[in-house]
Amino acid sequence: MELLGIFFAAFLINNILLIRFIALCSFFGVSTKIDTSVGMSFAVIFVMTISSAVSWMVYHYVLAPFHLEFLRTAAFILTIAALVQLEELYLKKMIPNLYRAMGIYLPLITTNCAILAVAFLAIDYRYDFLRSMVYSLGVSGGYSLAIVLFAYVRDRMALAPIPKWFQGYPIAFITAALMSLAFLGFTGMFGL
Amino acid sequence: MSLWKSFNQGIIKENPVLRLMIGLCPVLAVSNNAINALGMSVAVAFVLICSNAVVAMIRKTTPDEIRIPIFIIVISTFVTISDYVMNAFTPDLYAALGVFVPLIVVNCIILGRAEAFAYRNPVLNSILDGVGMSLGFALALISIGVIREVLGAGSVFGIALFNPAVAATIMVLPPGAFITIGVLMAALNKFENKVQ
Repeated sequence: MELLGIFFAAFLINNILLIRFIALCSFFGVSTKIDTSVGMSFAVIFVMTISSAVSWMVYHYVLAPFHLEFLRTAAFILTIAALVQLEELYLKKMIPNLYRAMGIYLPLITTNCAILAVAFLAIDYRYDFLRSMVYSLGVSGGYSLAIVLFAYVRDRMALAPIPKWFQGYPIAFITAALMSLAFLGFTGMFGL
Repeated sequence: MSLWKSFNQGIIKENPVLRLMIGLCPVLAVSNNAINALGMSVAVAFVLICSNAVVAMIRKTTPDEIRIPIFIIVISTFVTISDYVMNAFTPDLYAALGVFVPLIVVNCIILGRAEAFAYRNPVLNSILDGVGMSLGFALALISIGVIREVLGAGSVFGIALFNPAVAATIMVLPPGAFITIGVLMAALNKFENKVQ
């Protein structure tokens, strides 16, 4: 039950894009087309799950025993950058179909701050290994939900008559505000 | 490139937030009041100016193939310094900014300026570029912070202006950040069009 609470808190209530404001560059950048946002979502789910597992282990088995916690910023970002390279090589060789589906989104993930933020937040919340895995699944699921919904809205908006000054990014921000307002409605669900 | 131009371009012409659309996450997340916005601006300015200076100093000895990992190490050193300094001297601010302090390391403005400017220009120009970009970032962040705090909480820098009961609370909640920056960008578009 507690695990379910962690999952839904990360998935809906503290949605990483609309409520926590992390990884907004990709939110506005790749949501112009529906299929690019779906590709990005799968890449984020895949990389975030693996990288949060590895960075949890790096923190608890390498940094903490030697009292090197102050190195976590540098250690996490290098771990994630190396991991993305490894995953790319592995997928290219072993599962080429999945590699083609993720395409260029895999290398772009290195600069996606959501991946790094989840590694930090799981440490800050003092989650054990299982809880931090559930948390990262919730966060990446919430990321996918928000970005795919937003891509559909922007797709419809392409045909709408929008005032000249608001075309492009300004109206995208107003749309995101309305979606964020809708997600605020989940506050208090499951007693969280 | 002249020293004045290095300093000047980041403030309005290439404003990182409102023009280049980079470094958005901290702008939206910590602008719910003016004090948080000021604290974040100072932290980003420190990291940006120091990393620009160091990258410009080592640019002649940096091998081209591994420059990005080297930049990231330089940046994360300064982020760790500001993380620990803020934790020690301004614990309230540190708690309010939360995960966004370590996340300065992936702020696209800092790596972007290291790659696009400091790696190709002398130290003094790079420092001035850092100062100009930081001022542009601070200008956008603090103005959004002030607008949201006045409309949403009826105060500015914590000084009460009017009865908070009549303020629109939504402006200090997450949707308010999106509304403010959207309207600000539309206003900038209109203003620019009139000037031309």
